[in-house]
Amino acid sequence: MKVLEQQPTTGGHSKPKHSSIKSGGLWGNLRYDLRFNPCLCFLCLPAIIWFCVFAYSPLIYLLAAFKKYSPAKGLWGSEWVQLENFKAFFGSDAFFRVTFNTFFLNVLFIASSTITSILIAIALSEIGNRYFKKVTQSIVILPHFISWTVIALLCEALLKTQNGFINNFLVSLGMEKINFYQNADVWPALLVCLRIWQGAGYGSIVYLATIAGLDQSMYEAARVDGATRGQCIRYLTLPLLKTTVVMLSIMSISKIFNGDFGMIYNLVGSNSMLYRTTDVIDTYTYRMLVESTNIGQSAAVSFYQSLLGFIIVMLTNAATKKLDPDSALF
Amino acid sequence: MAKQISEAALDAKSKIQMTTGDKVLNGIFYAFIALFAVICLVPFILVVSASFTQEQALTTYGYALWPREFSLDAYRLVVAGSDIPQAYLITIFTTVFGTFLSMLVTCMVAYALSLQSFRSRSALALFIYFTMLFNGGLVASYLLITKTLHLENSIWVLILPSICNAWNIILMRNFFNGIPASLSESAKLDGANDIVILFQIILPISLPGIATVGLFYALSYWNEWYRCLLYIDSSHSNLYTLQYLIQRILRQVNYAASQPLDQAGLAGTLPTYAYRMATIVVSTGPIVLLYPFLQKYFVQGLTVGAVKG
Repeated sequence: MKVLEQQPTTGGHSKPKHSSIKSGGLWGNLRYDLRFNPCLCFLCLPAIIWFCVFAYSPLIYLLAAFKKYSPAKGLWGSEWVQLENFKAFFGSDAFFRVTFNTFFLNVLFIASSTITSILIAIALSEIGNRYFKKVTQSIVILPHFISWTVIALLCEALLKTQNGFINNFLVSLGMEKINFYQNADVWPALLVCLRIWQGAGYGSIVYLATIAGLDQSMYEAARVDGATRGQCIRYLTLPLLKTTVVMLSIMSISKIFNGDFGMIYNLVGSNSMLYRTTDVIDTYTYRMLVESTNIGQSAAVSFYQSLLGFIIVMLTNAATKKLDPDSALF
Repeated sequence: MAKQISEAALDAKSKIQMTTGDKVLNGIFYAFIALFAVICLVPFILVVSASFTQEQALTTYGYALWPREFSLDAYRLVVAGSDIPQAYLITIFTTVFGTFLSMLVTCMVAYALSLQSFRSRSALALFIYFTMLFNGGLVASYLLITKTLHLENSIWVLILPSICNAWNIILMRNFFNGIPASLSESAKLDGANDIVILFQIILPISLPGIATVGLFYALSYWNEWYRCLLYIDSSHSNLYTLQYLIQRILRQVNYAASQPLDQAGLAGTLPTYAYRMATIVVSTGPIVLLYPFLQKYFVQGLTVGAVKG
């Protein structure tokens, strides 16, 4: 997963890699390109401008985290409060709740989605009937393309107490109704189920591609030696999938403090009865920003999250570099 | 190609001999996949069925896999109202125009990044990749868009902030990396410059890559609701996207659901169930209908992005 240093897989452009590394650093390279590759510089220009405006210039507004921001006075006119905003956040009980929920829900999502995706990929790869395989694969990927707004509206139809699909089903089995929208404890499990429903089929694509790329002669040799198919999966497929699992997990772990705003906001909305188990950093920041319009403090929470995310990326990358240099992100 | 070979090998493999254990395992796999596929499919069927059901039947019996009392009333309401056709126009415009702009900028920069002769490419790749590692977060971009750029309540807020995506640029560069360098070099010897080479030689032979990345962009524009929520207020409701209309319905519904009792007054103001489901069908239908034709590209894009990248 060397995103930055990736080499062309076929062909490759004439100059060997070393020449570009040796030539005079950042500014030397830039001067060289401006002189000899003006057209390429022009091609990069729109993207560079976009990233400067929409990705880098907002960083200035992180200063709002250290100010008592008031829209009337603007960023520079608002008065400094040093770390007041951070202190207020760390002192509130929301701090622990949203940090823990974000982390805990993401751990659940990563673990459950990875396991289900691998199961689906293995099952699909073992299925012999090509049409069955094609049709089912298409169906299991489909939910990924549905937005959380639609899923949430669907969910309401399934979960509501009065005449909901699931509660009707429970009643017909002679069981008690579950009041989903007033019971915070069932939500982590519910969110995990929804995440699996929405993403596991899509996630299996990469694993399926990896399995399809494995050397089939190993399987034939194992079969000839009398291995059952279960043993082939246990001792060949699973160990060979390890690299892909590690690589994808690292990518998910690096985003472990980014709550899924689309999912939580749509499913839970402003239902404060469910905040205890579902409120994540992203939804909390949003409420701060829009509902209580405490911009300074919401900027502090947002900054805290960005920083936490950055530290996690650096840590996972450093750890991976030590354990398995090939899987490191950069 | 490799896939066909491996499928053939798989067939051969299963023909070697099937012990009882193998057969049981096989059955479990079929059952597992079939079950998961049914779970994935049932909600879609429920929605479509409910959208064709008479409201009275829905409130009395709840949802069913097949409409109890067939009715087109919900669709009549959807077409008669002005907000859904208007949201359709907005969504189509942002999707088409936004995807075009995104692809233009992405292809241009990704091509430069793919050339070894472009010496600043590592620095530029880092410049782009860094935004995936660290960003200002929600509040910073909210303040930028509303206080500096003043894009709120305009259609551009739905397009401009989503033009580039670092991941899609890397994906597109990976596609370009697969093109033999000799092609652009020989064109260069004939006197063409890089811009001409990109648009006349490279892009026409990169259609699969363009389709993949373009679809990723198009899907994100089509499913846009978040920026509508943040930046477009109710006095500019002619700029709402389809997904945001659904979001608004959802908010009313969630609010009612969180109230301790089903109050008669609240229930009266809510959109009817059939109407909600018809809205879902109308807004998601295009994706679901196009999906079988596009699936190949999604699969390809993911495979290139994650396995090779």
